[in-house]
Amino acid sequence: MRTAPLLLATALLALVTGCAPIEPWVKPYEREHLADAIMALDRNPVSSTYLNHVFESREGARGATGGVGGGCGCN
Amino acid sequence: MQNRITAAALLAALVTLALPAWAAADAAADSVAPAAAPAFTLQSTNGQQVSLAQFKGDVVMINFWASWCGPCRQEMPLLDSIYRKYKDMGFELIGVNVEPDSKSANAWLKATPVTYPILYDPQSKVSQLYQVQAMPTTVIIDRTGTVRFLHRGYLPGDENAYLNSIRSLIVQ
Amino acid sequence: MRLRTLAALCLAAAPAAAGVLPPDRADALYHRYQGGGITVQGPSILVQKKIGDHFSIGANYYQDMISSASIDVLLSASPYREKRTQKSVSAEYLHGKTTYSAGFIDSLEPDYKANTSYYSVSQDMFGDLTTVTLSYRRGWDQIYRDIKANGVIVNDPTFHQRADHRVYGLSLTQILTRNLIGTFDYELSTDQGYLASPYRQIRFADPNNPVGYSLANQIYPGTRTSDAFSAELKYYVPYRAALTAKYRFFTDSWGIVAHTLQLDYIQPIRGHWTLDGNVRYYRQGAASFYSDLFPYANYSNYMARDRELAAFHSITLGIEASYAFSIPRLTWIQKSTATLSFDRMMINYLDYRDALYSKFDPATFKGGEEPLYTLDASMFEAYVSLWF
Repeated sequence: MRTAPLLLATALLALVTGCAPIEPWVKPYEREHLADAIMALDRNPVSSTYLNHVFESREGARGATGGVGGGCGCN
Repeated sequence: MQNRITAAALLAALVTLALPAWAAADAAADSVAPAAAPAFTLQSTNGQQVSLAQFKGDVVMINFWASWCGPCRQEMPLLDSIYRKYKDMGFELIGVNVEPDSKSANAWLKATPVTYPILYDPQSKVSQLYQVQAMPTTVIIDRTGTVRFLHRGYLPGDENAYLNSIRSLIVQ
Repeated sequence: MRLRTLAALCLAAAPAAAGVLPPDRADALYHRYQGGGITVQGPSILVQKKIGDHFSIGANYYQDMISSASIDVLLSASPYREKRTQKSVSAEYLHGKTTYSAGFIDSLEPDYKANTSYYSVSQDMFGDLTTVTLSYRRGWDQIYRDIKANGVIVNDPTFHQRADHRVYGLSLTQILTRNLIGTFDYELSTDQGYLASPYRQIRFADPNNPVGYSLANQIYPGTRTSDAFSAELKYYVPYRAALTAKYRFFTDSWGIVAHTLQLDYIQPIRGHWTLDGNVRYYRQGAASFYSDLFPYANYSNYMARDRELAAFHSITLGIEASYAFSIPRLTWIQKSTATLSFDRMMINYLDYRDALYSKFDPATFKGGEEPLYTLDASMFEAYVSLWF
């Protein structure tokens, strides 16, 4: 049943956001490599959008192409 | 039917995620419970060893920054003008650079110099001592060496909060 | 053409980033695709700008201009027209560690109109090491069919279909070490309505026909549900380079199972250059109602011969070079780059045959005897990016 994993994820997230905080093991002042422009998950959206479009036009598969986060974590 | 259950599950997750954010977001006051500022000694950009103890009797603002941190770079010229305005009234501003390799920091300082002292913390000793949880982090210490204000991050306009904190401590 | 449109809609939706608004930037891209007898080229302009401290808006203008004829057009001699224009706008709102984003995409070509709206919420947690994003996308399509009337291509007034799409997404990004970031992404897509192409046809074995087969209309299911799971790792190599590995698993109610594996290596060169090399391997199993040549007419309830639903594998090799330059007069521009990118995509079909052989040389090739089709395509991009 497709919705079961989603409901489980929802429950997990609810639990986890309310739980006692986990100590971050990468401190904010240790993120210099992650903040580097080459480590961005989507460096050039105008190009990745185009290439994803080319692939999806010719293939049966679609979806789950990207993620967000990482970076400097400032503010 | 399947779609509706899925949609409901996602809506529930959305609300669950958003609630803590809404609750926590407004609690960002700068005042903290007074605590003694941990002592440290670090090397400055001109090679000298500088200790926090040297500035006892002054209001001290410590700004933890890195050259890779956009808001840090944005904030520093404003900190510089605050420093120049108050330094003759018993105010000291120290910039602590948290990078293990100082090359990028030096390059940036060369292009955008500031007049307040910059110290290097390549082993993150002082960052750990002050439990830095955001970049940038600004700590304001009163004349008795007690931490009174802590500000995480930087958004344009935050310098007004700094000025308020500094003014309240300068007169003591 | 239908599938291409759907694809574009799905992908122009830029996901929200939690904790920080996207940087202000403008990109102007020229793209060119050449392969399988067709050339598609056009511009893509993207602008992203912060308004105040909490809002960012984005806009994109994209065009596809198609020339020449693909294998499908040559086979069925159907008319085609040349231009698709897509416009999209988006807005993001940052509140503490949460980013809310919404957007709208409008795609228009003479025989296909598609509108998409999308929403997402993104949350930073665990000391900004984890980002969780939930997203929802909704698409409404109106499908027409081009016919030739008095030598002019117009919409067939008797043909007007609709299709609806919904995509639910859950994504998790986790900083694993100072040098390693991982992403897990799941998307559930559902489609309903007219999901076929008005132009393509199936073929079935027909001994009465000199080529050995006859053409007939495709019959597609009226619904489709799919799951896609992807995992990605990005690693900062100590001498300053970035290595990415990504895998995606796809399965749907049409019986398609697909695997995608991508490897990417970014190497900055001392000074102004950044080079990027990447390899993509894709493998797909055919849809349950797909066949290159059905044994007889009305073989099953659903029948399709779209090569996008066939069994095939493909390798794409890409290389990109980017040059960072400065514009002395314009101090409000923080960074600017010019980039050239080449990709070569090579598809080998395992159960789709090149029916042009039997069409133009029926003496040598009967239906089902033609060689398997292969498609080699080149993608070229040239773009300038400005950050301000």
